[in-house]
Amino acid sequence: MTIVKLFLIGSLVTSTFLVNAQKYTTVSSSISFFSDAAIEDIKAENTKTLSIFNVATGDVAFSIPIKDFEFEKSLMKEHFNEKYMETEKYPKATFQGKVTGYSSSLTEDQIVTATGKLTIHGVTKDVTLSGSLKFSEEKIEAKSLFKIALADYKIKIPQLLWQNIAEEVEVSLNFIYKPI
Amino acid sequence: MKIVLSFFLVTFYTLGIAQDDLLGELEKSEKLTSEFTTATFKGTRLINGQTIETKSKGELEFIFAHRFGKVSDGIYELFGLDQAFVRVGLEYGLTDRLGVGFGRNSVDKTMDGYLRYKLLRQQSGVKSFPVSVTGFGNMAVRTSPRKEDADFDITLEDRISYTGQLLIARKFTSGFSLQLMPTFVHKNTVDGSIETNDQFALGIGGRIKVSRSIALTSEYYYRINVPESNPYYNSLGFGIDIETGGHVFQLVMSNAQGLTERAFLTETTDDFFAGEIHLGFNVTRTFQLKRQKRDN
Repeated sequence: MTIVKLFLIGSLVTSTFLVNAQKYTTVSSSISFFSDAAIEDIKAENTKTLSIFNVATGDVAFSIPIKDFEFEKSLMKEHFNEKYMETEKYPKATFQGKVTGYSSSLTEDQIVTATGKLTIHGVTKDVTLSGSLKFSEEKIEAKSLFKIALADYKIKIPQLLWQNIAEEVEVSLNFIYKPI
Repeated sequence: MKIVLSFFLVTFYTLGIAQDDLLGELEKSEKLTSEFTTATFKGTRLINGQTIETKSKGELEFIFAHRFGKVSDGIYELFGLDQAFVRVGLEYGLTDRLGVGFGRNSVDKTMDGYLRYKLLRQQSGVKSFPVSVTGFGNMAVRTSPRKEDADFDITLEDRISYTGQLLIARKFTSGFSLQLMPTFVHKNTVDGSIETNDQFALGIGGRIKVSRSIALTSEYYYRINVPESNPYYNSLGFGIDIETGGHVFQLVMSNAQGLTERAFLTETTDDFFAGEIHLGFNVTRTFQLKRQKRDN
């Protein structure tokens, strides 16, 4: 009986350890978006995003603090937070999903897709993002480029301003993961 | 057997948790931070007077303000639109907290220069603070009347006045902000029969956002030490802020016509409730002269 108990505790500890050992977290991250419109191009970068990636299962999640998008003009940042993203109400954008199409034993760039739920401005959508993964010793690099239609996430553009802001923005994401 | 079963259950449960709650894990690992409140008001002016807002570093604001004649003058004067007083001004953000500005108002042909500094900033999060406090100080020179037109031997010193103000504001919600303005005005030379050199006032003002780009504003200054013989009124104003990109349009109505502190705080000649209301507007355009530095 004691042996069974020991075995039980041992396996539990081991399994927890194993699960954790497969988990990677971001040591550096950059998410930027670019909106290209007739009057003014708008771009912003966020380096405060956190992400966890479970290599064994493919589960991935990231959380973007909206207020940390930095713009060239401080008025743009104010409008972005105040008028478009309503940051006080919706402080974060998140993604939770699964990455498929990779093998962690390969070291070249691998084209992968991540399917899951993307939440922006309080609106959750099922999305499939394509990107690439590159495994190297002790480090994983993830990249993705995708488009977001503002209307999908109920981000309204005032009529007077429509020509100032593109209805679709291009988002580029670069994460570097290390094991937890 | 039961033990083995529960062992498997527990293991799967643990694995299940590990798979499902990555976002929860992220939340736990996030550092707790504090945030400064931004955009308590749309602009640096509420109606006639100042707000706690300063320009960000490297931003230049061009302010063009108009006050028409009295609505009560009727159709002959097109409800005041036939007359207009103008203030043209510039304000620049030396740092994110320190601003400098100057302007000229056609009322009494007054030139003014000022500094404002954000002393305290409203903050929420780990560290929190309930209000923002900005100090404002200006000096204004009225260049009218000309020396030869004055009824006494007027010197430059006689033309100068100073204003010191503490602007204390709280953004209660994203749609509602309130501001208190204890104010001190010193005029070098006054008509002692109707007013004193040092005058105190307490202002209160606020804004309510009605949409993402439109807000209703109001402002009232109560003068504290007013002699009984003083013919002037407390200034009161209401306005609508409309924001589009780098512009803010403020449509206002007020019993004050002057746009420097001395003029609208201590020399408002009209009675709001007798219909002696001046329509007007402030238009501001912000230019970013220096690009913001990125964090990394």
